[in-house]
Amino acid sequence: MSLNILEICYLIASLTFILGLKMLSNPDSARKGNLIAAAGMLIAIIATITLYQDYDSGKLINYGLIFLGLIIGTVIGTIMAKKVQMTSMPQMVSFFNGMGGACAALIAIIEFQHHQHSTVTGFDGELLVMLLGLLIGSVSFSGSIIAYGKLEGKIQDKVLPMNQVINMVMLGTIVVLIIYQMVSGSDPLLFYVLLGIALIYGVLFVMPIGGADMPVVISLLNSFTGMAAAFGGFLYGNKAMLTGGILVGSAGTILTILMCKAMNRSLTNVLLGAFGSAAPGGAKSASGDQSVREISISDTAVLLSYSQSVVIVPGYGLAVAQAQHICHELEKLLEEKGVEVNYAIHPVAGRMPGHMNVLLAEADVPYERMQEMEEINSKFANTDVVVVIGANDVVNPAAKNDPSSPIYGMPILEVDQAKNVIILKRGMAAGYAGIENELFFYPKTRMLFGDAKATLQKLTAEVKEV
Amino acid sequence: MEQVLSYIGENMEMVYFLLLAILLGVEVISNVPAILHTPLMSGANAIHGVVVVGAIIVMLQASPDNYLALSVGFLAVLVGTLNVIGGFVVTDRMLEMFKKKPKKS
Repeated sequence: MSLNILEICYLIASLTFILGLKMLSNPDSARKGNLIAAAGMLIAIIATITLYQDYDSGKLINYGLIFLGLIIGTVIGTIMAKKVQMTSMPQMVSFFNGMGGACAALIAIIEFQHHQHSTVTGFDGELLVMLLGLLIGSVSFSGSIIAYGKLEGKIQDKVLPMNQVINMVMLGTIVVLIIYQMVSGSDPLLFYVLLGIALIYGVLFVMPIGGADMPVVISLLNSFTGMAAAFGGFLYGNKAMLTGGILVGSAGTILTILMCKAMNRSLTNVLLGAFGSAAPGGAKSASGDQSVREISISDTAVLLSYSQSVVIVPGYGLAVAQAQHICHELEKLLEEKGVEVNYAIHPVAGRMPGHMNVLLAEADVPYERMQEMEEINSKFANTDVVVVIGANDVVNPAAKNDPSSPIYGMPILEVDQAKNVIILKRGMAAGYAGIENELFFYPKTRMLFGDAKATLQKLTAEVKEV
Repeated sequence: MEQVLSYIGENMEMVYFLLLAILLGVEVISNVPAILHTPLMSGANAIHGVVVVGAIIVMLQASPDNYLALSVGFLAVLVGTLNVIGGFVVTDRMLEMFKKKPKKS
């Protein structure tokens, strides 16, 4: 009886996950979707505690510890999630993702303890599922923690010599060990060796990948954790875990691919870090004799104030400098002067797709002002001034004109169509892709060097004066 | 090989489930505007926190004198809960900001 109720609760939870995810993909229903999925989760957890029956009687300690874990987790989780800055969102997601991975790995460890005593002859599917849950969970855990550390700036980019070769060898070792384990039967020593390798692999896997690629990695690790959770569900025949896990696994994979597509790169390219490691120094050719033209802050202020329409292109640099609030202030000032201001959001602007929207929304920028690439590209020709803040590759015309460029084919914001382009930048360093941006040398382009936030503050003050 | 096949055969229901859920996952999110990618990722992150249910099951199965299982299980429940609660709260915070917009206009 109670077992059936439990199954029905899991069914409801599964439905809320699907519905929640669906609603999350629409701006109007997104928040409700999140709450619905959360409600489903609550149902699944409460139902499991109250209705799950195994060997009952005398398990007071177990219940005590479960509630203790739930309470501590809830308190810490809520505090962390409430306190985090909007700009630090990606690393927060990464951290929580790592926790999920750890949970899946820990489950596999305990189940393995139980499993050792069972005597299965022949193909041991349960062991395989356990191993996969363990491996994916721990890679996801250590990888997410490294990604978290990198985005927090606590861990520096570090590329080991032959990092990719080492990674390949480790991956190969893992596969071989799994096969060996499957053939020879469960061996505790081997199990823990695998756990160790998986943890180290997670570290080495994320270590060489550059900051701007982190979102792709986090998204991928997110789908990993989903898979790990699904393996756990498979182990227990638990439908709620299966639905939740697989949904996230496949949705996360699609999301990862979408992100890669927006950057015109393949997933392998991102993961092997070919791009990132080749970045510094390289490809600085053919620009030696060209020079850029600078513009002063006061000139910029005048130019902006007397324009009809201005488009702001926010990028990674704006996010890093946390300049979204001051940016919005500038926008409001210009609006008061009768200038039409819009934001052009490249699909991969910021640290994650959509991250820029979140940041701007935090600064109260109206939803309608944020325009997606397809919409805004047709409007650039009628734009007086484009202000590019801390973005580079997403406005590089080489993506359209130069077939030899590594970013050729990547969809870009066609700011070179506008009448004037002002680039806010720290210095002349090449963008993330490590390639020169010919846009900087166009006659209509003016450079405004300096820290994004400080420059915008000065600029806002100047615009007030005009 | 035969054993592998028979294992799959025994779990056919699960295999169907797996395949359908994969397709569903792809279908459900394939039309997402880029604007929602981050909240969606965060929401999905919270949903895979359902793994905490597994941790609770582990705890319920563990015998009260198996301290190793109890402590590891406790840790699993703790981190799993972190994933669930943190994930949902963060997502809600992100979406809260989007919510303001339509009201204003």
